[in-house]
Amino acid sequence: MIQEIALMLSFPFMVRAFIVGSLVALCASLLGVSLVLKRYAMIGDGLSHVGFAALAFATALDLDPIRVSIPVTVLVAFLLLRINESAAIRGDSAVAMISVGSLAAGVLIISVSTGMTTDVCNYMFGTILAMSKSDVTLSIALSVIVLILYFIFYNRIFLITFDEAFARTTGIRVDFYNMLLAGLTAITVVLGMRMIGALLISSQLILPALTAMRLFKSFRAVIVCAAIVSIVSFIAGLSLSYFAATPAGASVVTAQLFFFLTFSLIRKIRQAEPARGR
Amino acid sequence: MTLIACRDLTLAYDQQPVIAGLTFSVSPGDYLCIVGENGSGKSTLVKALVGLKTPSEGEIRMGEGLRPTEIGYLPQQSEIQRNFPASVYEIVLSGCMAYLGKRPFFGSAERKRAETALNRLNLSGLKNRPYGELSGGQQQRVLLARALCATSKLLVLDEPAAGLDPLISKDLYRMIKSVNRDEKITVIMISHDVQNAVAEASHILHLNKKPLFFGTTEAYLETSLGKLYREGIAA
Repeated sequence: MIQEIALMLSFPFMVRAFIVGSLVALCASLLGVSLVLKRYAMIGDGLSHVGFAALAFATALDLDPIRVSIPVTVLVAFLLLRINESAAIRGDSAVAMISVGSLAAGVLIISVSTGMTTDVCNYMFGTILAMSKSDVTLSIALSVIVLILYFIFYNRIFLITFDEAFARTTGIRVDFYNMLLAGLTAITVVLGMRMIGALLISSQLILPALTAMRLFKSFRAVIVCAAIVSIVSFIAGLSLSYFAATPAGASVVTAQLFFFLTFSLIRKIRQAEPARGR
Repeated sequence: MTLIACRDLTLAYDQQPVIAGLTFSVSPGDYLCIVGENGSGKSTLVKALVGLKTPSEGEIRMGEGLRPTEIGYLPQQSEIQRNFPASVYEIVLSGCMAYLGKRPFFGSAERKRAETALNRLNLSGLKNRPYGELSGGQQQRVLLARALCATSKLLVLDEPAAGLDPLISKDLYRMIKSVNRDEKITVIMISHDVQNAVAEASHILHLNKKPLFFGTTEAYLETSLGKLYREGIAA
């Protein structure tokens, strides 16, 4: 067993996948707690499809995928935030529309340029081989920036998540922090997308947060638990993907679901017990 | 000696005025109760006072060196908040945000402020409890403690006792009154509760899209409006 793990880690692409993937999983879980609580979960899902279209576009024109997708997706993230807040079209329907629209655009671009090959499958469901050497440095740098910004603005992010109206009265620029949240989410989604897949990346945002909220009731505990669940699920999922040759994204999501169900079960058992010592 | 004054204030949504021609002023130490039917513009007025709504006409002026970020606001609770995963302490501490300036984290001064507010409202025992598991009255007390963290001058409370049963409401009003009396913190509060809230207030503003009455509580109880209100409770 140890030998097999050592063999797995002797492949540079696996080491790259573990490092970048864990960092992205960490970023996604932190941001995800606020997204879930602010009812922005659909935005994360929408962004992954926009990222998919941007990635397809970049590949078709032979441009650097990450350097094209990130600015485009960040811009759309700001747009989605606006749409979500305006009352012109119902926010969630508008987000869903942009989401499927991007998916369709991405598929069209790919089929015209390279044809519907395994590339499409890789984009949609992720591949363990996604991380090339040149991407690694940029991905690590970007996820560290996301983490630092989240850490610095932790108290403000907590307040705008809990109570925007009160936050405004204390002089916090709520719109700026909402945009920050959306922008960081966009970066995280693009970074994780090729490994986990465009269709599955939003689970990185949502599932660890929901799982942590099954059992933990303070904001800090939820954040810490979501981060741990997210990283452990990623490592477990990626290892499964390596040993069983299963698609990376689906394996990670399965690991996350396993944690979610386990935590839900523990919660049920706790609730069923008569309240003791409280 | 005016803490906050409104002159010819008009507040509107999509050019539809909800309040027009409102003039009143609040002095330091006052306890103003805003009464009126649902949809009479009370919440909108309170939002304008704390800077969440821009007046379409008229002005709101602050005196006594009061800055907009020094107001302790207690908004109406949303459904999301009731089950929010946060401890009592996390929420109360977040009330110190205006003192944070450019710093990223709270220091010992803010933590002390939060502790003081917790003690003031008898919440010390609940400090580490999850907010979502508290009763409605306890949750409102937590939000009041957060508002106290944010201000030492003016509390603006939007129906703090909404949805609470009469005994709990009475308790909450008593606390608000004691904060007003002992700490000399000015209070502006929306309330439907004539017996408890109105009776304790020093001034009354009765709204119904336009101001129907503004003055002291004694004078209000002498007016036909005040009598109606009183009899409504007696009946």
